[in-house]
Parts: sequence; structure tokens; C-alpha cells
Amino acid sequence: MAGNGTSRKARGTVFVRPELCKGCDYCIEFCPTDCLEFSPNFNAKGYHYPTLARPEDCTGCGLCGLYCPDFAIFGMRFQEIEAMRERLMARTQNEGGTPK
Amino acid sequence: MSETTPLEDPNLAIQPPLDNPVMSFLRQERMPHIWCPGCGIGTTVNCFTRALTDAGVGLDRLAIVSGIGCTGRVAGYLNLDSFHTTHGRAIPFATGLKLARPELEVVVYSGDGDLFAIGGNHFLHAARRNQDLMVVCVNNFTYGMTGGQLAPTTPEGASQTTAPFGNFEAPMSLPYIAEAAGAVFVARWTVYHVRQLARTFKEAFRRKGFRFIEILAPCPTLFLRRNRLGDGVDGVRVYKERSVIRDGADTRTIGLGMEGEIVVGTFVDRPRPTWLEAMDAYYQKVFGDRYRPVGGGSHVEG
Amino acid sequence: MTADPRGVLTGVHFLDGDHAACEGALAAGCRFVAGYPITPSTEVVERFAGRIPLVGGVFIQMEDELAASIAILGAAWGGQKVMTVTSGPGLSLMMEHLGFAAITETPCVFIDVQRGGPSTGLPTLPAQADMMQVKWGSHGDYQVIALCPSSPQECFDLTIRAFNLAETWRAPVFVMMDEVVGHMTEKVVIPEASAIEVVERRWTSKAPGQYRPYEPTPDGVPEMVRAGDGYRIHITGLTHDERGYPAMNPQHQDRLIRRLNDKIRKAGEALVDVREDQCEGAEVLVVSYGITSRVASAAVRSAREKGIRVGHARLVIAWPFPRDRIRALASGVRGVVVPELNLGQMVQEVERSIPAGVPVLPVDHAGGTVHDPDAILQRILEAAR
Ligand SMILES: Cc1ncc(C[n+]2csc(CCOP(=O)(O)OP(=O)(O)O)c2C)c(N)n1
Ligand code: SF4
Ligand code: SF4
Ligand code: SF4
Repeated sequence: MAGNGTSRKARGTVFVRPELCKGCDYCIEFCPTDCLEFSPNFNAKGYHYPTLARPEDCTGCGLCGLYCPDFAIFGMRFQEIEAMRERLMARTQNEGGTPK
Repeated sequence: MSETTPLEDPNLAIQPPLDNPVMSFLRQERMPHIWCPGCGIGTTVNCFTRALTDAGVGLDRLAIVSGIGCTGRVAGYLNLDSFHTTHGRAIPFATGLKLARPELEVVVYSGDGDLFAIGGNHFLHAARRNQDLMVVCVNNFTYGMTGGQLAPTTPEGASQTTAPFGNFEAPMSLPYIAEAAGAVFVARWTVYHVRQLARTFKEAFRRKGFRFIEILAPCPTLFLRRNRLGDGVDGVRVYKERSVIRDGADTRTIGLGMEGEIVVGTFVDRPRPTWLEAMDAYYQKVFGDRYRPVGGGSHVEG
Repeated sequence: MTADPRGVLTGVHFLDGDHAACEGALAAGCRFVAGYPITPSTEVVERFAGRIPLVGGVFIQMEDELAASIAILGAAWGGQKVMTVTSGPGLSLMMEHLGFAAITETPCVFIDVQRGGPSTGLPTLPAQADMMQVKWGSHGDYQVIALCPSSPQECFDLTIRAFNLAETWRAPVFVMMDEVVGHMTEKVVIPEASAIEVVERRWTSKAPGQYRPYEPTPDGVPEMVRAGDGYRIHITGLTHDERGYPAMNPQHQDRLIRRLNDKIRKAGEALVDVREDQCEGAEVLVVSYGITSRVASAAVRSAREKGIRVGHARLVIAWPFPRDRIRALASGVRGVVVPELNLGQMVQEVERSIPAGVPVLPVDHAGGTVHDPDAILQRILEAAR
């Protein structure tokens, strides 16, 4: 997993849909490990959106996702991600398609 | 599956096509929603949908009813049987829906003005009768949809467009009213308390009867800005600082002002028969086997 | 399809109009009533409260008429046939939900036992002064269907019909009674359940995913589902598209509001019921409805005894107003006499329906009692001159 030069080990990560973000700062403010920051970039509506500035600190606790009023970010533990990915793969295969 | 963007590559072996879990509960074709940046309503929706997963609620048997207001739009965004009714009347609509089809779980989700000003009488009587409804009130201390007028919850001293020199009316304390009227479950959280709120929703789903959950949420555009209280995030930070968790607190003591403690927690949890249970039990006594409990509607299956 | 025998009290009874209307609702399959007591309508819900435990359904006395009038709409989306019952002051409180029923196309029946108004007015005495309120009282453009019984037997028959029309057109339907019809006791014959035709809801046969809540069928009426069957519908009082989603622009407003109005306005003969008595070749036409028809019949008889050829047209369906029919009946007459227990409501519809040059003679009355038949007779004589 993430080898990023610190002694800590990331246990999870976040996913962002910048186009939904309204830059409210909830996720950044209430992340318990303070690992998010605003990106210097703007989305199409002119808002700065969050970026995982200190990935090694992210525990994947998911709080940012519970806070985000715009459904623009969510965090997950790697374990959960793998489990979900496997479920998705299994479902796609059952449906006869290829995972995209 | 809609696009998700992993921000920084966390060196995952494969990028799974993941989506925010809340999305599966939303009418995605209606996103983005109308709520302002930093509005707390969306946060409450996250917690609500989390509880749906955690409590294992059958989504096809769940209906959501809203009145009119910014919060009233919640019904339209959730991918459930959802009803956006008239201002103040979500509770009586929900009452009819529930009694017509008792196997439904019916949730009312609306604003403080909707539920307690224009709809206050319905709240009192549905609680008194113990209708089997979960009532969620997003309290932002103002009328959001119409531009920041005085609400029955506006704290004394707060400025509103229709109280331009500050409010001199005494506000309502919603949990106190809910308890006095007969609610079986009464809780209050703020949007700062996302985990507790999700857990409380889940607990409420496991109970029957008139359940009331008040959620304090910032309205940055109107209430906070007008009162020079900063952005949404400042509002939530203030909730964090002022809140004390006090389960079982005496609801007579937990009124809200512009300053001072915000008491949160579960205040009331006391089962009693719902209206329909009471009617069934009563009529079974009166009529014995001749009594016919309400059926499942006139729909002919198949 | 015929009536569920559980709700049908087959036999010959002596009932007042209020009780007969309640039996009509039960026979039609109404299994949910929400009400709030108000004279002279209360007997309808009192009887329903007494009857429903053994029929199977719900009666709930709500905290006010605002609540009653929307509780029924919730129950309709829960799959039931529904009704509320009121009189003037309560009707005023129900107006917002009349509009909500119209725009959401929720089948529902309102019984209005009319009394003298405005305001508290004459609680125990008759009037026919809510005729325009049901048509125009809610805001925006909408249509209602309104039936006018003139006897307890008709209170029974027309209440069944009201439910059938509500299901057929997915629109609010009114039974416009009045204090006299509501409280007069007469013989009421309730047939076998198998002889009572009832209209089922227009349930969709489409699967979730294929179904669109506001996609009209050829007669302009969409098919319906109820909550809890997996369709995940969204129903709103906002202007909406065929998915039921808010669509607030002039194009959607035009499409939706025209369809809502046209499905009723263009229903044609299906929504015309004028009972005609010797209208062919008449020199004077009397147009009446509800209790006033009975008094008018006496006046018409007297006029005929005096040798005047009087036709009597009784509106069983008052809304939508049968403009074409009334125009046809009025062409060639010397005058049209319109008695009603108000200071001139439906007479305005008559005036704008009939050919130019035919005089219209209202017989108005502020309410509190029925007309003196002589007052109507005088107008007939005047018209015949
Ligand atoms: C009968 C009626 N009166 C007034 C209104 C206008 N109105 C719409 S929303 C609203 C207040 C909403 O306030 P609240 O319930 O606190 O919800 P919020 O918008 O703050 O979430 C009002 C007065 C209306 N739609 N209907
Ligand atoms: S998942 Fe938790 S630790 Fe990671 S960014 Fe979100 S809030 Fe912070
Ligand atoms: S909480 Fe959501 S909307 Fe707010 S800044 Fe973070 S991602 Fe953007
Ligand atoms: S006006 Fe206030 S309550 Fe309404 S969406 Fe904006 S912030 Fe939220």
C-alpha cells in the first residue's frame, strides 16, 4: 500500500467528485486526522475542492463523507474498498460483462 | 456507475469503480441538489441513508414525506416512494399513508417552520395519538426557502428579515413539545454529531410509534450571514463547542438561545401502543372475531 | 367490476341523506375516511365510524379540515379509496388540498353538505352557496367534478358514482349536498352488491423502471401505483414532468396544466348528466340542481297546469358545466329560469352558455330554507310573457 516516506501507514483513502463540491470546508475541518486540504484548483462552478494532502494520515474512517452536504467526497478503509471491489467484480461477472 | 476521482493515487492495485454509498439512495438524475454551499441539510441526508443501511430497512417498503421548504426538498432527492406535500401538512399526509398501508415504514422529513409553525397542530395530535411515524426536523432557526424570516425556533435576539431589529418572541423548544405531546422517542443532535445522528436514526428505525429527531443545522446563506455568524463550517464549529451530550435530560431544561449550552442526546425512549395497535386491541375487545383490521388497500396483486 | 359485498347493506331502508351517502361510500369500496365534525355533515362520518370496524378500514377524526383533507390523499397513495366530509367553513380550509389533489391526480371524494354562509353563517340551515367555491376556490387552473343529489336515494347512488368518477378521471369529485337533503329521511333502496358497478383504480401493468407516474394514457389520465410496491415514485405539488420530478418552467406548466384541465373539459358526454323533463318544444326552460330541483318541480307542475310549456333540466353533474347541452335546450325558448339557494352562482354559467338574446331569470335566495315554489312560478310566468 501507500509507501510515502513517513513512518505512518495509510489505512484508507478518499474519493472526490470535484464537480459536486461547493467548497464548504466541512470535510477538511472535521477530518479527525487533518489529512485533507483545499486543492489550489477550481471546479467548473469556481469552488476549491478538497485533496488528500497527507494520505499517510487517512484512516478511511469515512467521516468526511458523512459530513459532506453535497455528496462530493467519501472515504473508505482499504479493506472495505477491496471487499467492495470484489463484490462489484463478482456482480459484473455474473451479469456477463467486463469490469470497467 | 458515475465517475469518481481518486485524488491522490494511494497505490491501489486496481482502481475500483466505486461510488459514494449515499448515491445509491439518491435520485442521481436530480443531482446536484438545490441546497446552498455549507447548508447542513445534505449532511443529515448522509446520516439518514447510513442508518438505512445499518438498520437494514427494506427500501421498497419505506416512504418519505416532506412539507415545503429547503428541507422539504429531501423527499424529492431520495430514491424511495417520496411525497412532497403542502406546507405544514406532511404529518397528516403521512398519517393517511401509514394507516392505509400499515406495512409501510413512513418517515416525515421537514423544516422547523413547516413542522412547528404552520404544521404545529398536526405535530401535537400525531404525537398524542402515537401515530407510527418517524418525524425528522431539520432546525435551522429560520425560514430558509422564503428568504430568512422569523421562525418559531428563532432564538431571542436573532435578526430575521421579518424581525429586523432582533427577535423578541420566545422560541419553542421542540423536544419539550414532543415529549409533552406524547412522543415515544425524542432526540436532538446537530450536524456536527454525524455518527451519533446516524446511530439515533438506526435506533429510531428499530422502534415503533411517534419518534421525533431534531437536528440543528446551519443555514449559512440566511441565518448565519444575517447574524454575522460566519459560514456553514463556522456554524458547525459552534455546535461542536457549545454541545453537551446529556441522554435522558429533562426536556424542560434544554431550550436554545444564541449562546449557552446546546444539550444533545436521546431524551425520551418509552414505548406505548401506536394508534393502530390501540384501535385493533380495542375493537377486538368490543367486536371479537367480527372485527376486521385494516387491509392492505384495494390493489389487486398481479 | 362489482361491489365488495362487505360494504353493501342490501335492503330497503329509511335513511337520511347523510347516512345514505355514507352507505354509498361503503358500497363504492371507500375504506378510509378522515373527517372533522361540522354541522350538517357530521352524520356521514358518525355512521362511517360505526360501520367501518366490521367492514375493514379506517376512520380517523383529524385535528382539523386541513389535516382531514390531506390525510385522505396520503391514504389514496397507500392504495385506498378515500373520502372526507365537511360543510362551508371546513370546505374553506380544504381548498389548498383540493389543488394538491388536482395537480397530483389523486382520486378522492369530498362530500360537502352545504349550509348558509359566509363564515359560520347558518350552521343548521341549507344553502347552495359553495358551488363556485369548489370550482374556483383553490388557486390556479384546475377542474373538479361535482354531483348534486336531490334525495337520500340519490345521495347513495351519486356517492357511488362520485367514487367511480374519481377513479376514472383521477380527479377530486364533490358530492354537493345541502342541509335539507342531508337531513331528510326517505326510502333508500340498496341493491345487491353484484348489481353495483364499481370502478377500480387505474393500476398500471407496467414494471418498475418502465412506469412513469404522469405519462398520460389516450384519455389524458395516467395510470397509478401505490407506495410500497417498489416503484419508488416521487409525487409533488410542484409543476412536474412525466417522471413526477419538479419541472418549473413555462413549457412544463403549459403541458401539465392543459392536460389536467383538458382531461375533464374534453371528456364530453362521459361527464354530462342533465335530467330533462319535457324540454322538447318548451317555451320556458328551468335549470335547477340539488334540493332546489324538488321545489322547482312543484313550480313547473303549476305552470304546466296554467298551460305553459315548461321544460325542466336538472343538473346531476354541475361541474363540468354542461354548456353545450344547456345551449341546445335553451335555443328557441323565451326565457331560462334558474332557481338556486344563493345570490346567483350557477346562473352565471347558464348565462354564458345560452344563445344571445335569450333572457335569463335568476330566482336567487340567501339560504336558510328552500324556495317558496311560488317565487319560481312567478319567474316562469314572467319568462313566458
Ligand atoms: C400555505 C403556504 N404558506 C406559505 C408558504 C411559503 N413557504 C414556503 S417554505 C416556507 C417556510 C419554510 O421554512 P422551514 O419549514 O423552516 O424550512 P427551511 O426552508 O428552513 O428548510 C414558507 C413560509 C407556502 N409554500 N405555503
Ligand atoms: S476518511 Fe477519515 S481520515 Fe480519511 S480524509 Fe476522510 S475523514 Fe479524514
Ligand atoms: S464537504 Fe463536500 S462540498 Fe464541502 S468542501 Fe468537502 S467535498 Fe466540498
Ligand atoms: S437557504 Fe439556508 S436552509 Fe435553504 S438551502 Fe440555503 S443554506 Fe440551506
